[in-house]
Amino acid sequence: MEITPWEKVKLARMSLRPTGLDYIDRIFDNFLELHGDRYYGDDHAIVGGIASFGDLPVTVIAQQKGRNTKENIMRNFSMPHPEGYRKALRLMKQAEKFHRPIICLIDTPGAFCGIGAEERGQGEAIATNLSEMMLLKTPIISVVISEGGSGGALALGVADRVYMLEHAIYAILSPEGFASILYKDSSKAERAAKEMKLTAQDLQEYGIIDGIIEEPQGGAHNDHDQAASNIKAMLEKELKELINLPIETLLEQRYQKFRGI
Amino acid sequence: MNMNPFKSKKYAISKIYRARPQEIVRPIRDIPEDEKPNVPQGIMTKCPSCGNMIYTKSLCTNYNQCNECGYNFKLSTYERIAIITDKGEFEEFDKSLSTEDPLSFPGYRDKLENTKSKTGMQDGVVTGKGKIDGCPVMLAVMEPAFFMGSMGTVIGEKLTRLFEQATKEGLPVIVFTASGGARMQEGIFSLMQMAKVSAAIAKHSQAGLLYVTVLTDPTTGGVTASFAMLGDIILAEPGALIGFAGPRVIEQTIGQKLPEGFQRSEFLMEHGFVDHIVSRDQLKSTLGMILKLHANTGI
Repeated sequence: MEITPWEKVKLARMSLRPTGLDYIDRIFDNFLELHGDRYYGDDHAIVGGIASFGDLPVTVIAQQKGRNTKENIMRNFSMPHPEGYRKALRLMKQAEKFHRPIICLIDTPGAFCGIGAEERGQGEAIATNLSEMMLLKTPIISVVISEGGSGGALALGVADRVYMLEHAIYAILSPEGFASILYKDSSKAERAAKEMKLTAQDLQEYGIIDGIIEEPQGGAHNDHDQAASNIKAMLEKELKELINLPIETLLEQRYQKFRGI
Repeated sequence: MNMNPFKSKKYAISKIYRARPQEIVRPIRDIPEDEKPNVPQGIMTKCPSCGNMIYTKSLCTNYNQCNECGYNFKLSTYERIAIITDKGEFEEFDKSLSTEDPLSFPGYRDKLENTKSKTGMQDGVVTGKGKIDGCPVMLAVMEPAFFMGSMGTVIGEKLTRLFEQATKEGLPVIVFTASGGARMQEGIFSLMQMAKVSAAIAKHSQAGLLYVTVLTDPTTGGVTASFAMLGDIILAEPGALIGFAGPRVIEQTIGQKLPEGFQRSEFLMEHGFVDHIVSRDQLKSTLGMILKLHANTGI
C-alpha cells in the first residue's frame, strides 16, 4: 500500500524511531563525543565526535532528538542554537585538518527560534556552515535520518553525497508552518505535506538527493539494527569511492552538485 | 474614612482619569465641501514612525527618508540603483530570467503573472554591473514588493551567476538584501538556493575578492541564513528588521512579547552581527570609500 506524504511526516516524527545516537552506536566503534563550540557553550541538540568506521577514523555529527520527554527537553527537541552549528563546524574543520571523512546525520524540525538564538546569530551560524562546508577538503556524507527541517537541516547538508532514509522527509519548513504561511491555517498541514514534495522519493526524482536508504518493513522503528546496517552499507560503498577522489575533483563535484539545482 | 494618604491620592487621580472621556466632548464641525482645503491625493505623506507629515516631493529628494525621524520608506529596486550607482553606469544582467515553477505548485503561476505585471519585474532581484564613485562593482538589489522579496530559484540563479562573473572579472560584489525568507511555492528548491549562492560566495571569497552586504528592511529567513550574513563587511540601514526567524514566529514559539528594538539593525550591531549602520544619504559615499580602500591590495 502506498504511504501518503502526511503519513510519512508522522512516521518521520515517531518517537520510537531510532535517533542519531542509536545509529552512531550501531554503525561506528569507539565513538568519543567532543563537546562545545569554544565560544559560548555546548548545544545538546547536536552531538559530534570522533569514531572509527571499520579501520577508518571519521568525524560524526548528528542532530539528536530525545527518546522521551525528559531527554527531549534536554535536547531542545533537536532544534539547535547557533552554538550547535558552530560546534559542528569546529569538528568539521578538525576533521579536515586530520584528513577524516565527515558523516552528518540530519534530524531536526528546524533551527531553534528564540531570543537567545537571534542574539547569538542563528542566521550567521547557518550561513557560515553553508559556505565553509563547500570548501572543506575532506569527503562529507549527509543522511537525513528522520526530519530535515529548513536551513537548520541544510546547515549539516552541504555534502558530497546526500542520502535520505526511505520514510524521512526534507523540506523548507514544517508542513504546519507552510500551511500557516500559505493557507493561513496550520491545520491544513496534510494538504501542505502533499504539495510541498517533501518525501525521499520526490526529492530523488528532482535530483536533490543522491539516493534512498531502504528501511525495514513498516519503518526503521521496527528494526533499529537493520536500519543501521542499511546506512552502514551505503557509507561503505560511498566512502570507498570518495576517499579515492583527488581533493580538487571532490570539491569541484561538490560545487557542481549544488550549482545545478 | 481612609487614612492612607497614598490611597486617597490614587483615588483622586483615577477619578480625574475616568472622568475625561465622558466630560470632554469635542464639537464636530461640519465643513461644507467647497470650504475644505484642497490637498490633492499623494502630495503629502505621513511618516508611519513619527506621524510627521512630509511633502512627498521632498521625501523623494531626501532618499525616501523622513526628515524628522529618519524613518526609511521603501525604495524600489531601480530607485535604489539610481541612488547608488554613477549616472548611466549600470548594465543589467539576466533581466528576463523567470521561474519554471519547479514543483508545479497549484496557483503559483497565476500569482506570478499578477505580481509580474504589478511590479514590471520577472522576479525579486535585479543584478548587474555598475560603477560607484568610479569604482566598478557587481551589484544586486532585492525587491521587497515581489513575493515579499522571497528567494526562489531565480534569485538563487541570478546571484550565483553574478558572483561567478565577479570572480571571473576579479570584481567586488555588493548585495542589498530585503527578504521575507524563502519562496514557499518553490519548496526544497528554494532551500537549496541558500547552499548554491553560499557556494558561489565561498569561491569569490577564496579568490580574495570583496563582498559587501547592505541589509535593508526586512531581511529574514533563508536570506539571513545565507548570503546576507556572509559579507566581508555587513552594513545595515537604520531600524531595519533583521533576523533568522520572524518576530511573530518567535513570539508564538516562546509565548512572550519581544523586547523593544529586538532584531533591529541597532540590536544586531550591539550583538556583533553588523559592522556599521549607515543612513541612506551616506550610503553611496560609504560604499565608494569601502571600494576605494579595497581597490589596491595594500602589500
